[in-house]
Amino acid sequence: MKKMTIEDKLFLVKNNVDHDHPHIKITGDEKDLKKGLEAMTYACPANCYTLEGGAVKFAYENCLECGTCRIFCDEFNNLEWNYPRGSFGISYRCG
Amino acid sequence: MADEQMKFDVVIVGGGLAGLSAAIKLAEAKFEVLVIERGEYSGAKNVMGGVLYRSPTEQIIPEFWKTAPLERNITETRVWMLTEKAATTFGYKNNDSTNNSFTVLRAKFDQWLAGIAEKKGATVLTGNTVLDVIRSNEGKIIGVKTDAPDGDVYADVVIAADGVNSMLSKKIGLHKEIKKDQVALAVKEVITLPQKVIEDRFNLTGNNGATIEFMGAISKGMVGVGFIYTNKDSLSLGMGCLASDFAKFKIKPYELLEEIKEHPAIAPLIEGGEVKEYMAHLIPEGGYKSIPPLVTDGMLVCGDAAMLVNGIHREGSNMAMISGKLAAETIIRAREYKEYSLRTLSYYKQLLSESFVFSDLKKYKDTMSYMEHNRQFMNIYPEIISDAMNEMITVDGVTKRQKEWKILFNTLSKRNPFGLLKDAFGIGRRMI
Repeated sequence: MKKMTIEDKLFLVKNNVDHDHPHIKITGDEKDLKKGLEAMTYACPANCYTLEGGAVKFAYENCLECGTCRIFCDEFNNLEWNYPRGSFGISYRCG
Repeated sequence: MADEQMKFDVVIVGGGLAGLSAAIKLAEAKFEVLVIERGEYSGAKNVMGGVLYRSPTEQIIPEFWKTAPLERNITETRVWMLTEKAATTFGYKNNDSTNNSFTVLRAKFDQWLAGIAEKKGATVLTGNTVLDVIRSNEGKIIGVKTDAPDGDVYADVVIAADGVNSMLSKKIGLHKEIKKDQVALAVKEVITLPQKVIEDRFNLTGNNGATIEFMGAISKGMVGVGFIYTNKDSLSLGMGCLASDFAKFKIKPYELLEEIKEHPAIAPLIEGGEVKEYMAHLIPEGGYKSIPPLVTDGMLVCGDAAMLVNGIHREGSNMAMISGKLAAETIIRAREYKEYSLRTLSYYKQLLSESFVFSDLKKYKDTMSYMEHNRQFMNIYPEIISDAMNEMITVDGVTKRQKEWKILFNTLSKRNPFGLLKDAFGIGRRMI
């Protein structure tokens, strides 16, 4: 089977992005990598967290709403995590 | 003003297996029920492997198999221990053991279940996210706030069936945040293949199906289990590992999935398939010790939100449905007392502890953390077994007695006698 990138995979997910309302925000220091953020550059299954120039950049648009980042960052209080507004976000067709 | 309040007997947060099971039972008992689901439809946000069990489902909907969107009837269960190149396999196949479990795709199944709930008289409101509870002056939960305009809904009882993340029970302080070693992060793909190809590759007849669970070198030392389940014309392939392990081992879940697909035992099964969907979800694997308080004044917690998953036996859907049913029974009994208080609702905990749910979760309460601290079960033992198998099947003139010695020396070079004894005792104590 042909290798798939994460972009290939995310392309397959139906996602009604709530453009003006990010449901997750980094509220702490994006350069403080130890506080769960660097860990998310590995653990996030949608690659929403990437390292750029010593800081973690976060993009919520591809989020699969799994909750892993909230759990990782909970003790550091540097993430604001909500569900997307009703009917926004992902809609799995198989699940 | 009071006349304009939207009021139901019971409001259920989350239209998944737990919530809809409760809704069906309550609607049958003539309660006015509202299910609030944040997805575009029931199942839109839901993922499981996914094996659905007959017995609990039948307790919610008798003869569900006549109309439910089931994929395949599981008649074969396989377990694979993988090394990088090899697989030691174990399985049980019995074409007479039909109707014990079925594979399902949750987006389809949950929509069907929501339809049943509606037919029974429940109202299912989709596309609305519940933000918080509403409390009386005395602190009792009397409803929920949703993100719809004028979205306050009142109820005698609220059921939180809002899944593993259960923002509601966290918001009200009932449940502290889950720890990162109490959840597995699972990624999964649905891979389409022609029905005939699946039946040939898995040696299946009719709508019978097979499940494969695999573990070993493939998780690279992480504590986790992978799976391939046969659907009608697709395969569900995925892997769940302790969420904390992905960070500890610096492994990206979607890259792991790609490596799994290349394993020599797995690649031929999926060859030529087309990936239809990719998904990720958390599985509450914290077990008995991680169960939050399940009852508060005016609210009950069910399913994944209550951390009711038996990870050792891949059981979760059954516990979700049964907890939903028991929550409904609790509320039906509370109506007889004309009192929806902490006192009457606490009966839910009693019902759960009398059922298989608490009993099974107690039995395996230490298994996950034991595995986390004894990773030899994930990497060393599959290798030892594979080496032994390879030695024994290789015909090369070496006598069988000599081969036995070779196997023993190889085993002892990987794990000393004390370690072997400790492991045998340790795993035995936590599994049996």
